[in-house]
Amino acid sequence: MIPAQFDYVEATSVADAIRLLAEHGDEAKLLAGGHSLIPLMKLRLVTPATLIDVTHIKELSYIKEEGNNIVIGALTRHRDIEESDLVKKHLPLVAHVAGEVGDPQVRNRGTIGGSLVHGDPAADLPAAALATGATMVIAGKNGERRISAQDFFVDFLETDVQPGEILIAIEFPKHTDAGWAYEKFVRRAMDYSIVGVALQLGAKPGVALVNMSNKPHLAVSASQAIGKGAAIADVLAVINDNTNPPEDLNATVEYRQHLARVLTQRAFATASK
Amino acid sequence: MTIRTAITVNGKDTSREVEARTLLVHYLREELGLTGTHIGCDTSNCGACTVLLDGEAAKSCTIFAAQIHDCHVTTIEGAAQADGSFSPMQEGFRQEHGLQCGYCTPGMIMASTALLTENPNPTEEEIRHALEGNLCRCTGYEMIVNAVRWAAENPNFTSGGVK
Repeated sequence: MIPAQFDYVEATSVADAIRLLAEHGDEAKLLAGGHSLIPLMKLRLVTPATLIDVTHIKELSYIKEEGNNIVIGALTRHRDIEESDLVKKHLPLVAHVAGEVGDPQVRNRGTIGGSLVHGDPAADLPAAALATGATMVIAGKNGERRISAQDFFVDFLETDVQPGEILIAIEFPKHTDAGWAYEKFVRRAMDYSIVGVALQLGAKPGVALVNMSNKPHLAVSASQAIGKGAAIADVLAVINDNTNPPEDLNATVEYRQHLARVLTQRAFATASK
Repeated sequence: MTIRTAITVNGKDTSREVEARTLLVHYLREELGLTGTHIGCDTSNCGACTVLLDGEAAKSCTIFAAQIHDCHVTTIEGAAQADGSFSPMQEGFRQEHGLQCGYCTPGMIMASTALLTENPNPTEEEIRHALEGNLCRCTGYEMIVNAVRWAAENPNFTSGGVK
């Protein structure tokens, strides 16, 4: 499978990427690790006229501590997040989920920003960003703006990133020493989740579901219930509120909702260990 | 649109005028004639196209040749030792019969080589985890795991060169 023709340009900095986005307009796509975009291009589901390669913008690959936040540059690879002592200490859920993406080859190339802007409801990292209450930092010609993970995901493969903008960083509030779990239900090790549950406990709890809606899904009622100290049974009773799961060869709607309950229950058991 | 590549492959600088949409695996196979890197699923699932980029495993069917002008690519053709001996990993696959049809083998060897670079003495579970992105439809993986263990236990293997 060979992608349709495109023009290739390389951005050397964030400012350069924004300039190139303005120059090439709506038909341009940013290329980072490419492990979401290139498969779609090979199937010709996406046919950008221009690819703006941001792979080599070194300034966007970092993990740093800023007060109560851990800030991760958008071009930081899954592998670097998985192995980061800083992330493992303050955001163990995020470190673990980064290590659950695809397989080692994918994690060597794929980036957190690329995964988030792809906005795939079946992907792992959007759920971790939702459960931990992350904030996205987006840059454009008018400067930077911030938006919560919850508002960032708009629809299937659609985020709040506007034409001419680029996601540059993700700010995660620290969840040091808090319970967490990620339950990923798959048939084969490197598959996308049939259903997944990302659970963050502690002072700012959140629970997010994978593949249970048309977009990465924060289980708002369940997260609020956990925050109020509700019993697990009461959390499970509302875990499927506002979900809209797909039906496919792997699972019916009812089966996915069943899995969401079971996996959430397992997540609580794992998180308390 | 065409681009001019500048990629170091198995220690040799290569440069070609290719279409921007040229995938690394096509570059290796069709421009350089290095057909040891296989195209399997072509959807970044099976791992048959695995090569090393600066020593790390990557799937060459999901990377544009244009993207990688600043790193060293190693393919199965570059796996052997300087004197022509098999690498410990190649010899491990031979000793432990870690293949049947051989289609997945170049990718398995490159992914396993990357594993031992980072973790010279992996457990069985670590080996299986590291190879989760490489599919084999023949062996059931048992002998592949044994092959990687053999390589881990014989890091200094040499056959004394090509006979």
